[in-house]
Amino acid sequence: MKIFERLYNGVVKENPTFVLMLGMCPTLAVTTSALNGMQMGLTTLAVLAASNLIISLFRSVIPNKVRIPSYIVIIASLVTVVQLLLQAYLPSLYSALGIYIPLIVVNCIILGRAEAFASKNPPLVSLFDGIGMGLGFTVALTLIGMLRELLGAGTVFGFNVLPQSVEPISIIIMAPGAFFVLCWINAAINKIKKKNPKSHATAKSCGDCAGCSMSGVCSGTKQD
Amino acid sequence: MFKDLLFIMLGSALVNNVVLSQFLGLCPFLGVSKKTDTAIGMGSAVIFVITIASAITSLVYTYILVRFNLEFLNTIAFILVIAALVQFVEMFLKKFSPPLYNSLGVYLPLITTNCAVLGVALTNVQKEYDFITSVANGFATSVGFTIAIIILAGIRERIDEKAVPESFRGTPITLATAGLMALAFFGFKGLL
Repeated sequence: MKIFERLYNGVVKENPTFVLMLGMCPTLAVTTSALNGMQMGLTTLAVLAASNLIISLFRSVIPNKVRIPSYIVIIASLVTVVQLLLQAYLPSLYSALGIYIPLIVVNCIILGRAEAFASKNPPLVSLFDGIGMGLGFTVALTLIGMLRELLGAGTVFGFNVLPQSVEPISIIIMAPGAFFVLCWINAAINKIKKKNPKSHATAKSCGDCAGCSMSGVCSGTKQD
Repeated sequence: MFKDLLFIMLGSALVNNVVLSQFLGLCPFLGVSKKTDTAIGMGSAVIFVITIASAITSLVYTYILVRFNLEFLNTIAFILVIAALVQFVEMFLKKFSPPLYNSLGVYLPLITTNCAVLGVALTNVQKEYDFITSVANGFATSVGFTIAIIILAGIRERIDEKAVPESFRGTPITLATAGLMALAFFGFKGLL
């Protein structure tokens, strides 16, 4: 019961990208195609689920004062493990995502879930919270990647979708396009939120600072 | 030698701008860019921290990690070094240079988890830059960040007075501005 609730919470109710607006750097950087977005999402999911599980197992051992450094060390070790595994078994994915794989360490979703959920809840629920949040992130990145790939290259997952006569807007898959697409998505979310103000969890990032690791410090609105 | 260094610096400051083309350090870029003054403060703090961090991570990598064949631990080592460094810089400034602390102090804790700092350190290692090149690259990257955040803050101050469609107020219009800036920075591609 609790497990399904966690999954639903991560994918829909508190979707890290669309609702909480966390982890914007990878969201903008790797969504040049649907496949890249999905791979980044799944890599983050693996780290997030494992870090939630481990932090939850050790939650009574880690002293409160040094918990953030401890979490960072745990997360960084997991990222290193994932990075080495990808390098060995999926070299194409490793080279496609490049520097954004080690940068998962500073992805605020992971530290955010460790602090907000895994440090207070039993292991199994925390594991599924991580999987739910990771799935939410994967779905969001895949959708944004699909949109950008469709508009910018006329393909989805590498398959031609648009007829030859339609000229793709190639700027959409380049750097400026990432900002434009996210701008439209944000505006759409604002519109929806205004229509039914109660049905959505409030974005707990600080004001319009688009979340990320600063959400805990930048205006005192710590997310919980 | 000098010419190579200049090209690397131009490249990381303008052509491959850290926020506008690599998407690192977006959080402070969008979060602390409401006013030009705070943008300048944040920019200087970032220049300060990234330059020192690239120097120290470069030394740690060459003299500790490579020496003991521990290159694969670079992510863990760098994030710890950066976190400790920011704390140390904060304490040092508080004690020895209160005026500098007053102007940069608020921004320092925000930088610890800024992905640009770790990003620069990892890029330096990936591209196998030596010590001097690493420091120059770190400095140029953070100058690029500062240029971008000050321009954005200037534009946002003006947008505040304009009638923006309601759904686009706040983050969306800022993202659109950043997109247009990224488009403009494409023009620097011709430099190299």
